[in-house]
Amino acid sequence: MDAQFWLWTVVKIVAICFVFALVLGALLTWTERKLSAVVQDRIGPNRASVLGLRAFGLFHPIADMLKAFTKEDFVPRGANRVLFFLSPLIAMVPVLAVFAVIPFGPGPHFVIADLDTGMLFIFAIAGLGVYGTTLGGWSSNNSFALLGSLRAAAQMISYEVSMGLNLVGVFLVFGTVSLSGLVLAQGELLGGWLPKWGIVVQPVAFILFLTAAMAENKRAPFDLPEGESEILGYNVEYSSMRFALFFLSEFVEIVVIAAIAATVFLGGWQIPFLDPAGTAGGWVTAAQVGAFVAKVVFMCWVLMIVRWTLPRFRYDQVMALGWKMLLPLSLANIVVTAAVLAFL
Amino acid sequence: MGKLVHRPEPDLTIQSYLPETWNGMKRVSRHFFVNLFTKKGFVTKQYPEERFPYAPRYRGMHRLMRREDGSVRCVACFLCSTACPADCIHIVAGESDNREVEKYPVVFEVDHIKCIFCGFCEEACPCDAIRLDTGEHRVPGYSREEELTGKVDLLARGALSVSRQGGRFK
Repeated sequence: MDAQFWLWTVVKIVAICFVFALVLGALLTWTERKLSAVVQDRIGPNRASVLGLRAFGLFHPIADMLKAFTKEDFVPRGANRVLFFLSPLIAMVPVLAVFAVIPFGPGPHFVIADLDTGMLFIFAIAGLGVYGTTLGGWSSNNSFALLGSLRAAAQMISYEVSMGLNLVGVFLVFGTVSLSGLVLAQGELLGGWLPKWGIVVQPVAFILFLTAAMAENKRAPFDLPEGESEILGYNVEYSSMRFALFFLSEFVEIVVIAAIAATVFLGGWQIPFLDPAGTAGGWVTAAQVGAFVAKVVFMCWVLMIVRWTLPRFRYDQVMALGWKMLLPLSLANIVVTAAVLAFL
Repeated sequence: MGKLVHRPEPDLTIQSYLPETWNGMKRVSRHFFVNLFTKKGFVTKQYPEERFPYAPRYRGMHRLMRREDGSVRCVACFLCSTACPADCIHIVAGESDNREVEKYPVVFEVDHIKCIFCGFCEEACPCDAIRLDTGEHRVPGYSREEELTGKVDLLARGALSVSRQGGRFK
């Protein structure tokens, strides 16, 4: 625990949390608008320009940020000021903290903290995310915000159960909950030719995990906590940068989910048949880091496509899907996986 | 007599969401990639730069037409302001030097706040003096005075009309 170690840790935190996660999250706000436009045969935002340069609307996130910073920071009468100010931070911090254990490449240099209990850490931290939304809705002294935060709390707690249970099957197969261990284990080959990725050995868990993670993320088709188009959500009383923090935390959470899915199900930084132990160094390591980032971006794209494919669920359908379909299916998945592992 | 709507019970492929979600994602991705690489599907018009053409009979801003000698065709007969249901045309008549015409409008103002672009003035005009065929959309202004379009502006938009004028004018 010398000074060099701490310096490196700070550098890694800045690089991963603030550069990778936040920049990708801000880019996703642009991607969301642009992608939704493109799939609907529209052009999308392209008017913000710097010196006449439009760059496909890439300046819109910057314009949004400037707007958020300069807008009035409004606090409704009767609001609990302390919690009202804290809850956007409570929503944002756990999302960023999850990146602490995600391995971006082989070896200890590409992960902030290589915990042996990495996945448990992720669940513990991600579980805190519900406080931000719930307290945000409750502290703003607005009935609609309170109802939205109640929906958020019920939905996130319900889906957290099946989200966790879905990964148990993967833990059973690979025999570890350390994320680096999971990625290393996925470098093996099944029958000598098929990469032993999580999606290959646990395809059902992959789909169930994505579904539960989307619901946990409060995005369409599960965006009932927000319901910005008509039913009003937990963030209705928020303005300026506090709203932007809620908004950004949702987009960074997409990156989180994509990173977890890429790590657990898509082999992390593994490139099939290329240096599964991750000891090569040099260009191979760079390629592996690039492969991980590419997988994360791909998963972000999939999540966005799903968001623009499906209409929103009704709230009772959300609860029925969570408790009556996802939970039994993930339990069955665990039982089947355990039985196969025990008897084969 | 109501129409019987046949609603089949959703089978397992629909109730399990997955095949339908997959189909939907395929369709959405196809739109995504086709539009991303060929830009064929875009239906957006970049509005201020690109516009849909208005129909030929679109009634836009008014204009006053001119005779061959450049004078205004209007003879201040007040038929248009009488026909106007919105009472937006204000004319002050003056005596014309041309004995054939007798009158000309000293003031001819169209109040575009009041105007409903019905085209009755155009129909009422016996001299083909007022027309709404500029194809220009009414641009909102910041003050009531701006909206009052006078004779000069109306004539500036105007053009030569060679149609035969009513009465004894040749």
